[in-house]
Amino acid sequence: MRSDTSQITEKVTSGDVRAAAKLIRDIDDKVPEAREYLKDLYPFTGRAYVIGITGSPGVGKSTLVDQMVAHLRGNGKTVGVLAVDPTSPFSGGAILGDRVRMQRHSMDEGVFIRSMATRGHFGGLTQSTRSAIDVLDAMGKDYILVETVGVGQDEIDIVQSAHTTIIVLVPGMGDDIQALKAGILEVGDIFVVNKADREQIENHRRFLQASPERTFTLQREKAKNDLIEMVKDRIINEILADIVNSGEFEEALASILEKRLDPYTACDTIISKRVKTGMSK
Amino acid sequence: MFKKGIMEKISADAKIWQRLYQESDAKNTERLERFSTVSDRPVKNLYTPLDIADLDYSRDIGFPNQYPFTRGVQPTMYRGRLWTMRMFAGLGTAKDTNKRFHLLVNEGQTGLSTAFDMPTLMGYDTDSPKARGECGRCGVAIDTLNDMEVLFEGLPIDKITTSMTINPPAPVLWAMYIAMAEKRGISRQMIGGTIQNDMLKEFIAQKTFMLPPKPSMRLITDTIEFGTNEVPRWNTISISGYHIREAGSTAVQELAFTLADGIAYVEAALERGLEIDSFAPRLSFFFNSHLDFFEEIAKFRAARRMWARIMKERFKAKDERSMWLRFHTQTAGCSLTAQQPYNNVVRTALEALAAVLGGTQSLHTNSLDEVLALPTEEAATIALRTQQIIAEESGAANTMDPLAGSYFVEHLTNELEEEAFAYIDKIDDMGGMVAAIERNYPQMEIADAAYKYQTQIDRLEKTVVGVNKYATEDEVPVDILHIDQELERQQIERANQVKERRNKREIAAALDRLGEAAQGHENLMPFIIDAVNASATEQEICDVFRDIFGTYRDPGVY
Amino acid sequence: MAKPGLDGHDRGARIIARAYRDAGFEVVYSGLHQTPEEIVQAAIQEDVDMVGLSSLAGAHMYLFPRVVELLKEKGADDIVVCGGGIFPEEDIPKLKKAGIKEIFTPGTPLKEVVGWVEEHVEPRQ
Repeated sequence: MRSDTSQITEKVTSGDVRAAAKLIRDIDDKVPEAREYLKDLYPFTGRAYVIGITGSPGVGKSTLVDQMVAHLRGNGKTVGVLAVDPTSPFSGGAILGDRVRMQRHSMDEGVFIRSMATRGHFGGLTQSTRSAIDVLDAMGKDYILVETVGVGQDEIDIVQSAHTTIIVLVPGMGDDIQALKAGILEVGDIFVVNKADREQIENHRRFLQASPERTFTLQREKAKNDLIEMVKDRIINEILADIVNSGEFEEALASILEKRLDPYTACDTIISKRVKTGMSK
Repeated sequence: MFKKGIMEKISADAKIWQRLYQESDAKNTERLERFSTVSDRPVKNLYTPLDIADLDYSRDIGFPNQYPFTRGVQPTMYRGRLWTMRMFAGLGTAKDTNKRFHLLVNEGQTGLSTAFDMPTLMGYDTDSPKARGECGRCGVAIDTLNDMEVLFEGLPIDKITTSMTINPPAPVLWAMYIAMAEKRGISRQMIGGTIQNDMLKEFIAQKTFMLPPKPSMRLITDTIEFGTNEVPRWNTISISGYHIREAGSTAVQELAFTLADGIAYVEAALERGLEIDSFAPRLSFFFNSHLDFFEEIAKFRAARRMWARIMKERFKAKDERSMWLRFHTQTAGCSLTAQQPYNNVVRTALEALAAVLGGTQSLHTNSLDEVLALPTEEAATIALRTQQIIAEESGAANTMDPLAGSYFVEHLTNELEEEAFAYIDKIDDMGGMVAAIERNYPQMEIADAAYKYQTQIDRLEKTVVGVNKYATEDEVPVDILHIDQELERQQIERANQVKERRNKREIAAALDRLGEAAQGHENLMPFIIDAVNASATEQEICDVFRDIFGTYRDPGVY
Repeated sequence: MAKPGLDGHDRGARIIARAYRDAGFEVVYSGLHQTPEEIVQAAIQEDVDMVGLSSLAGAHMYLFPRVVELLKEKGADDIVVCGGGIFPEEDIPKLKKAGIKEIFTPGTPLKEVVGWVEEHVEPRQ
């Protein structure tokens, strides 16, 4: 049974956990009505401070998030946590186990913890996650912590959706090499070197202070990424540049900033003018 | 071990034999794609002297009671004294368990072993909201010293040893046992027994948690120190592999992780300033005896040899008793089935025989109904009889280490030792077991092995009789034990009565002194004993620790 | 996938979680020592279709029905609850009466556990 759009908005903005949780689920499942609800919620977003926490598996992101939540709660702030875990490329399933590490907040009414799977998207941050951030925002959470697995270039989408991005590293795990190759160090705002009592901390310090141009080649990965980027560029640039340079885009942008228009509707309008639905072979 | 010329001939003959085997029908009619142990170790069709060509009898096999103790630690082994028949028991209230203890002793068991309920295991009293629904269901409920007195009433604890399977609150339960004994006029120098007290394997496998790793290690080291100085006949730790195996590990992992835990405890005690030879002789072990007969026997032998080498070469122990790996064994609970439960009697018998042939010091045999509930008296008695039949009728206990020299068993012993040392080296590289646990290394290894085994069963690559082969639709009726709901209320009432009779000031003072000591570096055992004598409950004491050291929660490794 | 109460035997729960993942499901793993309140809170925040409870230490008669009760109180009784582990035969009908949809006992093949969900739990529209 679908509730009225305004009912949903009312519930979410008044902090109703069940309504918000169901909405996030509908967004994730790409239920068409979900977009309508999001459009209605958009005016209520923009209050929350969004912090992204990324890094390789096992560096201690969840533990850090747990501590951050405790700290924020100590200051009387409400918190939403989105914990994103990778979907198995073989089965399409996922085990979402991050909330275990934030146990102590599980019964705190001021904390909303939600796990999400990447569902095949390699960016670490799917559109669903971005929309989920909006839902938590509309709920009235002061802070939203988004935890994603990030190693390579692809996994740093979070940067675009967060006010501050924290990259967590651990000495001696070898993925510091990956991180550097992927340019991840260029996009983080805060670097946390976790488990700094380990022996390899000196090497790590040297890594971080070294020239950002130091790259390590994993040939096939690099070639693949390069080609994808190139192809992406061509496709997007033919269309995107056109759009962005149009007066229509500027007008839409102004409306969005004034909250007279939500970005979902703006996007729909722009796209429907230019793209025929269904691709020809 | 064999002369060069002889080996060359055997080698040549073996090659011919294998070639004939391959070419003949024998190869094509092998009944399985692949032969392997329950741990998935591949097994050849035949073992010959070639498989143990590098063995040196004196160096690698030796004699019982002589380094490296492969053939046994005591000089007379079962010729002098049979292994202790020690049946793990605990149910409902102290009174119920006391009754079961008496039954088992009357039926011939030679040592006591206590199973506690979940609240007791986790350091909670029966009236804690966390304990709701759990009183007495998987063991006995102990809240106060009074319960401990009822538990051992009428039992000759000055003559018989008692094992208590308890981990985070082990110092508290041990303090209660000591206090109980002293009240009966039995001094702490007289009492003998074991507390499991092995937190590292909790973090890895059994998962009864209370405090984080570092304070847990401190408490354990306190007990080792206290035992060394004041309770000389007590094994203050039972370094366990049983639970690691039950969680799904392979035999090698059980062996390696257990010994690696042992290494961590020894290092902690040395860091405390204790002399190796003062405490090492009282370290004891606890292994699983699983389905694969020969793999288990080899595992026990490898364990003895490995620990002897570790103690002598790594820790420079001088006293030979420090090099003895003394162990208790329990047959594998995870090998039992709910379907056709009487089959479990057979499984337990085979597993028990392997433990005996492996030279265990003490043995618990599972009851046939343990997959369904706590054991009934009848089922526990059959399990005990199983040991007695092995001891008195089978001839297995007539001579020491009867399987020594078997090409298969000696080869397996070598293989298990080699692979286990490889794991230990890896763990050393990580910085030791505590560090390895923090990285979830052993936990992940076990989870992978467990999942692999389950998929093998589902794919019918491994057989479970009565479950994926020879299954029947018929239900086999088995009487099972029921724990009365009422027990919980009665236990709470009893504990409340004890609390009412206490001197509030005395308790508060004792707990305060304990709290202060906990924040410093003193050995906590005397303070715990004081608190216990003032009738503090188990949880009241554990709460002091939780307040100071924090509570550990499961990191959720899957 | 939740472990209610003090029971620490999680070998089965973790294997089942992996089996579900390998069959394409998203599994929120609760970890050990969850109170019924914590389990229900997580189930609602995560908006799951089903809660699986694992018990091998005998406290299921209190814990399992309590989870069903709390879900109902919070208006989330559309979430299906199942159990797995060790249960005396006569407890199984009692648990089902209390609202546990299905009980899986030792020896049940993974395929069957996973298959049950595919058959009995409605996917979201």
